[in-house]
Amino acid sequence: MENNFLLTYLILLPLTGAVALLFINKEKASAIRITGLVFSVIAFIVSLFIYFGFDHSSSDFQFVHKFSWINGLNIFYFVGVDGLSLLLVLLTTFLTPLTLISSWSSIEHKIKEFTFFMLLLETGMIGVFVSLDLFLFYIFWEAMLIPMYFIIGIWGGKERIYAAIKFFLYTMFGSLLMLVAIIWLAVYASESLGYFTTDITQLYTVAPTITRDIQLWMFLAFGLSFAIKVPLFPLHTWLPDAHVQAPTAGSVILAGVLLKMGTYGLLRFNLPLFPDASIYFAPYFSVLAVIGIIYGALVAMVQTDMKKLVAYSSVSHLGFVVLGIFAMTQESVQGAVIQMINHGLSTGALFLLVGVIYERTHTREIADYGGIAKLVPFFAFSLMFASLSSVGLPGLNGFVGEFLILLGSFKSGVLNSWWFTVFAASGVIFAAVYLLWMYQRVVFGEVKNPSLHGLKDMNAREIFVMIPIFIFIVWIGIYPSTFLKVSEKTTAKIIHQVLSPENTAEKIINNR
Amino acid sequence: MRELIYLTVLLPLLGFLINGIFGSRIKNEKVIGTIGSGVIGISFLIALGAFFETLALPVDQRQLIVTLFSWLNVGGLDVSFAYQVDQLSLVMALIVTGVGFVIHVYSIGYMHGDKGFWRFFSYLNLFIFAMMNLILADNFVLLFLGWEGVGLCSYLLIGFWYDRKFEKSTTSDAAKKAFIVNRIGDFGFLLGMFLIFLTFGSLNFNEVFSKANTFSVSTSIYGFISLFLFIGATGKSAQIPLYVWLPDAMAGPTPVSALIHAATMVTAGVYMVARCSVLFASAPQIMMVVAIIGLLTAFFAATIGIVQNDIKKVLAYSTISQLGYMFLAMGVGAFSAGIFHVMTHAFFKALLFLGAGSVIHAMHEEQDIQKYGGLKKYMPQTAVTFLIAALAISGIPPLSGFFSKDEILWYSFANGSFILWLVGVITALMTAFYMFRLYFLTFEGKERFGHDKHPHESPKVMTIPLIILAILSVIGGFIGIPEIFSGEHGNQFHNWLAPLFKDADRKLMHFGLHSHFEELLLMIISVAGAAASIFLARYIYLKKPEIAARTANRFRGLYNLLWNKYYVDEIYDVVIVNPIVTLSRNVLWKIADNKIIDGTVNGAAKLVDIISASIRKIQTGVAQLYALVMVLGIAATLLWIILSF
Repeated sequence: MENNFLLTYLILLPLTGAVALLFINKEKASAIRITGLVFSVIAFIVSLFIYFGFDHSSSDFQFVHKFSWINGLNIFYFVGVDGLSLLLVLLTTFLTPLTLISSWSSIEHKIKEFTFFMLLLETGMIGVFVSLDLFLFYIFWEAMLIPMYFIIGIWGGKERIYAAIKFFLYTMFGSLLMLVAIIWLAVYASESLGYFTTDITQLYTVAPTITRDIQLWMFLAFGLSFAIKVPLFPLHTWLPDAHVQAPTAGSVILAGVLLKMGTYGLLRFNLPLFPDASIYFAPYFSVLAVIGIIYGALVAMVQTDMKKLVAYSSVSHLGFVVLGIFAMTQESVQGAVIQMINHGLSTGALFLLVGVIYERTHTREIADYGGIAKLVPFFAFSLMFASLSSVGLPGLNGFVGEFLILLGSFKSGVLNSWWFTVFAASGVIFAAVYLLWMYQRVVFGEVKNPSLHGLKDMNAREIFVMIPIFIFIVWIGIYPSTFLKVSEKTTAKIIHQVLSPENTAEKIINNR
Repeated sequence: MRELIYLTVLLPLLGFLINGIFGSRIKNEKVIGTIGSGVIGISFLIALGAFFETLALPVDQRQLIVTLFSWLNVGGLDVSFAYQVDQLSLVMALIVTGVGFVIHVYSIGYMHGDKGFWRFFSYLNLFIFAMMNLILADNFVLLFLGWEGVGLCSYLLIGFWYDRKFEKSTTSDAAKKAFIVNRIGDFGFLLGMFLIFLTFGSLNFNEVFSKANTFSVSTSIYGFISLFLFIGATGKSAQIPLYVWLPDAMAGPTPVSALIHAATMVTAGVYMVARCSVLFASAPQIMMVVAIIGLLTAFFAATIGIVQNDIKKVLAYSTISQLGYMFLAMGVGAFSAGIFHVMTHAFFKALLFLGAGSVIHAMHEEQDIQKYGGLKKYMPQTAVTFLIAALAISGIPPLSGFFSKDEILWYSFANGSFILWLVGVITALMTAFYMFRLYFLTFEGKERFGHDKHPHESPKVMTIPLIILAILSVIGGFIGIPEIFSGEHGNQFHNWLAPLFKDADRKLMHFGLHSHFEELLLMIISVAGAAASIFLARYIYLKKPEIAARTANRFRGLYNLLWNKYYVDEIYDVVIVNPIVTLSRNVLWKIADNKIIDGTVNGAAKLVDIISASIRKIQTGVAQLYALVMVLGIAATLLWIILSF
């Protein structure tokens, strides 16, 4: 196969930007910010080239670049995209420049380091989504942790150290298990392949033949790591701390992209590599997902801190994604993929907005607000819009994902019960409760807090950041085909990999 | 015009965008009002044109679907932004755009001087956009888009004056309550859609309904589908147990109450049931549930309406009650009668609300009818049109309400039972009573307001809409004159809608076993009863006002029960709302999350800490100790090797 270097360029671009920053005097704040922005914008443009060059009608990996890295072990530098990873790469390159712009005035010290870590993070994130070799994937997966750790730990709030360490330990715990599983899987596969390799396209063909009992353990080792990242209930408690303490840009990337790595991992590795185990565990993961949907929403409802509220709402939203994945129908998995994007947009927007207001008032306590509709009308509108997107109002993006997930899980043969959907759908009610209640307390009513007088509405830069997000919120809501088409073949292939028609019915029945 | 039906959806959207984006800069109320009303007026003309074109076509060619573009096409699901022209959607479209236009014009006068004038018109336009999606959709998902969209507009408009108090709380509380209660209904609607998709493999109306005729599906599946859909309807159309949001929705400006919370949005549930008549007709037990819920709602709301003193609140309970009638009609399989009542109710109830708005305007925002009285002298046009509407809703012939309500009562007897009819009639008598209590206390009798109030007639921009609606309230019923009066032509309105309900009718198999004599007799009873109620109201509230007070005192317990609306809000708070919030805060968050889960995590970390701390003590840095341990180790190893030989 002809090697295509575009993805490699894409990975290297932010890294190059980060290195370039090292040569700029740290006093030159604007130069640093502009350099960071320029590199991230170029990365976005490159990703657009990949999008337009991508063939929707194929489920194969495209823009593949592969060369041998560690010869004796058949470990490769192997990157490529399919519909699933392409959407997530686009989300990453889309959000990164926006977060850099949003940090223009909120990050005031150590600007150089901050921009450096943000670019490093972008390289890590892109790398995770495009790696087609488990070893390479693992390296990016771990590499990405470090910049995030520093972003929380240096530019975070009061409890930032606690939050950063908690984030790091939680994730490391999962990662180590995954590393063990990667080695175990490769060793195990070498028995039938005749050689050791971490190339997942080769593992895809061999791993499903592993007996179910072994699959179950490997599935759990991978799955635990991803479940922590998602985060799946009850592994979610690192999230509220990390979100609340992280600076706005960190929260946006954390919610927008990092959480998706968990669900991405499930779709990329767990389902195709361990189909028998996936079917076996589907009901268990789905139960946790549904608990997460309701639990996250209920706990979000009673939060007093806006950012924490949005953080818990992520637990709820990601629950939908996990349910969609394990329902394993075309509708639900497509819904899960689009919901990953949706969550990045709507929760990203919510975090940005909380950041906007926090920068002015230095409080995130809901009780400190009230009646700001009059003072900051555009902010009020934006917060309403982002909330409605998050609530899943039809016509906006959130609905498309939730509806497809619920519809698909209702008819799912793997889950084979209405109850998953019935309980999950109740999350639709609670989402309205926690967001509208927060909105009411912050925006409506009379201005009671005297220090709010003179509050300034969003400036041109802040509006500029929101507008592209809003465009996509409406776009996905009205014409989701643009995006659904990209991942259609890929999700169909993943479902086929799990539920190959020959033995599906038998497998499902045997599990009961 | 039929092919252009999508413009009736897009024009309101355009109006919303123009006023929403540029409204704050336009500032000129005339321009904003003209744009806002204009787009609805043009939509009405298009709908009217489409109606006449359709009328000229043979029955089997009347349905037309205009597809704009594909929306969700995933797996087995394939739904589009596609709008359907047929007998039912045209009736609804004419009501929504027609009454909607009149109310838009009225709002130019009513909202004059409000600093959110442009915002108001953009929301109203957005509402019409969503409502048109709801009624013109050719599939469930697009209907749901409209369904939630109107809910959003309702939310935005109830909380329009977001910094105002409303009763014990605020307008934004009322708005939030409306949205959330509706969401509970939507939850049911969603499940209904999922089950329909699972059963029929599609969510497009034509496909689902035609399969419902041919597929063999168990009655219990139909039962679940109908029940889930009906749960949705109880939310949107304010039926037991989800009606609680509608009285609070009166916190919004009065034109909103007229348009959304009386004439159009709240009838969406009725429309949806009528649209899905085939599915409901396949589940007789759920039809019964629909009829009973409708009747109970009609009855209980009427009892509450009798004692309320807020002019809008009386009208709100009256709306809930009338919606109950519509569901009663649906439940007994009288689908076209129910839709007929949707239409006439839109006329007279919109008129009542706009009249109330005119009064509230004249009385400087005072809404307590105990502080009105004798207003006829000051605002004759409002008084006369209000009287017409009151007569119409009371079912006095030949006004529109008579024909539609009597048709429902008749079918509740003919297809249902004597009990259904009896409760229906009693409710009708209560309706006549409280409507005229309202009328007499407001417009007749002694003035009970202070000298600081200077009531005056409203400007033309408000009274002309009243007059238009009054005319419609008078003549609107003539298109649905029952067979016993119209003879061989039969009921025109019924004939127009009949093709849509023929499948449902076939499944229900109601036979016309009752005679015209019975029909006439029952009709006379209900009209005489209504007339008597009106005179009773006149006697009590004009001649002997002390009777009312005395009765209230004698039945203090019952009066308090009604005055406090059976304490349903309080019960919901105690039984549902508070436990959920308390549980979430004190158990889920503070205990489960912070103590148990996080405690485990931090505990694990602490455990590692403790173990390491104790193990660290071995690292003393004393070389002699290390040497000692080493020697002991070697000795032990040697011993073990020797022993193992």
